Amino acid sequence: MTTVPTSVTVSPGLPALVRQVALPIVVIGLLGGAGYLLFPDDLAFLTRLISITLLVLSLDLVVGYCGIATLGHAALYGVSAYVAGNVCLAGHADPLLLLAVGAFAGAVVGLLSGVIVSRFRGLPQLVLSIAIGQLVGALSNKLSSLTGGSDGLAGISPGRIFGVFGFDLFGRTGYVFSLAVLAVVFVVLARLAASPFGLICRGIRDDNLRARMIGAAVYPRLIAMYGISGAVAGIGGALTAINTGVVGLDSVSFERSAEALVMLVLGGAGSLWGALFGAIIFQLFEHLVSAANPFHWMTLVGLLLIAIVLFAPSGLGPAVTSAWRRARGGGA
Amino acid sequence: MSRPLLELDNVSRSFGGLRVNSEVSFSLREGDRVALIGPNGAGKTTLVNVITGDLSQSEGQITFDGQDVTRLSIPARVRAGLVRTFQITRLFTGLTVAENVALAVMQRQGLTWRMFAGATFTPAVREEWGRILDLLGIGTLAARPVSELAYGQQRLLDLAIGLALNPKVLILDEPAAGVPHDEAPKILEAIDRLPGEIAVLMIEHDMDLVFKFARRVLVLANGRLIFEGDAGEVTRDENVRRAYLGSYADGRRRA
Amino acid sequence: MNAALSIGLDAVSYGMVLFTISIGLSIMMGLMRVVNLAHGAFAMIGGYFASYALKQLGLGYPVAILVAVLGTIAISLPLELLLYRRIYRGASELTQLLLTIGVTFVIIGLANYIFGPTSKPIPLPASLSGPFDLGFRMMPTHRLFVVACGLTTALALWLLIDRTNFGVRLRAAVDNGDMAEALGIRTQVIYSLTFAIAVGLGALGGVVGAKLLPIEPFYALRYMVTFLVVVSVGGAGSILGALSASLLLGLADSAGKYLAPEFGEFFFYLAVILIVFLFPNGLLGRAQ
Repeated sequence: MTTVPTSVTVSPGLPALVRQVALPIVVIGLLGGAGYLLFPDDLAFLTRLISITLLVLSLDLVVGYCGIATLGHAALYGVSAYVAGNVCLAGHADPLLLLAVGAFAGAVVGLLSGVIVSRFRGLPQLVLSIAIGQLVGALSNKLSSLTGGSDGLAGISPGRIFGVFGFDLFGRTGYVFSLAVLAVVFVVLARLAASPFGLICRGIRDDNLRARMIGAAVYPRLIAMYGISGAVAGIGGALTAINTGVVGLDSVSFERSAEALVMLVLGGAGSLWGALFGAIIFQLFEHLVSAANPFHWMTLVGLLLIAIVLFAPSGLGPAVTSAWRRARGGGA
Repeated sequence: MSRPLLELDNVSRSFGGLRVNSEVSFSLREGDRVALIGPNGAGKTTLVNVITGDLSQSEGQITFDGQDVTRLSIPARVRAGLVRTFQITRLFTGLTVAENVALAVMQRQGLTWRMFAGATFTPAVREEWGRILDLLGIGTLAARPVSELAYGQQRLLDLAIGLALNPKVLILDEPAAGVPHDEAPKILEAIDRLPGEIAVLMIEHDMDLVFKFARRVLVLANGRLIFEGDAGEVTRDENVRRAYLGSYADGRRRA
Repeated sequence: MNAALSIGLDAVSYGMVLFTISIGLSIMMGLMRVVNLAHGAFAMIGGYFASYALKQLGLGYPVAILVAVLGTIAISLPLELLLYRRIYRGASELTQLLLTIGVTFVIIGLANYIFGPTSKPIPLPASLSGPFDLGFRMMPTHRLFVVACGLTTALALWLLIDRTNFGVRLRAAVDNGDMAEALGIRTQVIYSLTFAIAVGLGALGGVVGAKLLPIEPFYALRYMVTFLVVVSVGGAGSILGALSASLLLGLADSAGKYLAPEFGEFFFYLAVILIVFLFPNGLLGRAQ
């Protein structure tokens, strides 16, 4: 009888509790601390960075874990931002309630998108995903009573967290709040990724027919994952409404969707850590470079995409880890 | 007399004007070891695709375990116990060997909707995939990614996945095809060790394998079933000889 | 009645521009199975070439078109050699998406750097400006020219694919690339030629359609969605499909702008979702 290893992930050793709970909390805490030290006067930039990171994580669920190519994911993010904004303006300002509302709205849009986008593969899938994004964009423009149209929604002022912590002008409360939300969401997603559901989705991504040939109904599972992805994007959207106080049409734009995809691919789709670091690194560079000249930034991003496809198709994350392993192993 | 698990009744399949399968009828019972052979182009793979649900039949009825499966989707048929392996191996290439089998085990047990279980492998699941991998002699490869496997090992994994689904009927589509000579015996051993109660239908061209494995042989030629009987009788049957030699003679004439 | 005629004429000319540009994309999708999101960028480059030739070099309109088509093809060839060849028929959708978006971003950035962010006009020759008397109605001559271009393109392509040796090889390579190779058809040459034709047609469309689709750096992305929709609705690789889809979408767009302008493109995209969902291989396409 062969001894069966207790863990068959490629990097065995760390028990699940550490990998899925302690490690994310520690890493995100450290990153948060570093951020606070590096950008003490620009916490607004950091809180926005966290919101977008949540969008990228949600995109990873459908792109990296399910193999769906989409350029319309911002719809899930932006709609939730608008909904959370409206709920707040209507008088319900509890930040946790707004997060829940955002998650719910995102999940609904996610499920609807999932029904449409995951039905096919290839060109139809891409076109449908773009069409949904554009549709939501056009609708957001039209329903200006709810969205403020091209001016956007403004004056969103959240209440106190737990009735105690108010959002200060410097953004400190917002920053800590956002970090905590990111950590919690990451832990939940880490658990999801390691679950049987996460595994079957990866199987579906690898070989759709094989998954059906082991008896798994594919379409319902993709829709479910889209719903979860929507909830995560929704939390990100609500967070942006809470922290910045405004929601604009850019939150449902094609640019937002494309940008999120680039960040995801940079870090490596299919790995939550890849999504996290891709989002952080990209946004840091964007913050530093793009202020100089947005068009030069676009050229750089284009070159980066080409370079990734040619030289590091699984993203920088796996490229770095395999280079590291080779350096350590020394040819073993 | 053991009960019939799979029954084909006058099953036909056409593509446009071309009839690829004509009025094929046979049944498989518990414990059967049946080989499906025939010259190239006889329609064997199409027939298997119709049975598993990849294609729908143009006419006729397929009954599995007493149930008419005509309307059942591929996943539904698999869940009912009708499992196949592929001529060209299909595996979950981004996962490890153990994960491939574990997925099949968990899917069978209805566990793949569990979203927050945290750990993929409960001890029971772990024990089961370990047992199956051992049965096929690839237990030591459990943690390896599929991409690192030799072709013969991939075929064994394909077989392991099939077993993990607790099939009632297992259809093997040319299990030894493309396997290097030194690895072929392992596949034979694995097939020998398949559980006695399941019915196994094997498509094969390798006659050695057929004679070692099959108790009954079905011969398909030009889409029709031209012989059904003992393995010992198949080479003596006139229709079979004509079908095989005829196609060979045709080839000779054209050359 | 007058309104309907206006919408109709707008739709046809817009549709013909869409067709001329998108047919190249459709053929690339059908043959090489590549979703080329940089196709709009090539159309844009054609426009820039023509604008430069007309305004800076003072060349005539026909020569400018030739310069645009040949110039764009010349620029695209190194890209085909170095990049596109790696993603024909086999790369994942995501990889194709990322590579071609990357190319698009670079082209947009360079276009802005070289030409600036304002739109570049492509002045029409006197023979094509001004109204044309159709008898029952006056119509801008330019619109008729665009329609003529589209129809000529369709006819020329049909003859090429259906009636020439190249077309036979092309269809063989589409149906079964491996078999075609085995028969001695050099599929890579076919791919490269097809790529050049696709890009050239895109450039042509970019030039003749510049009045409707102004040439500025974001052109590359702004209209790309529409081109994708034409290919999707018409079915990849089908000339008749692309033609019908272009006219249909031209009609939907013009009607939408006239009847419900505040809704923007909402109804347009709603129609797109419905059509693609019901006909994933296009109204006239074949299943892949």
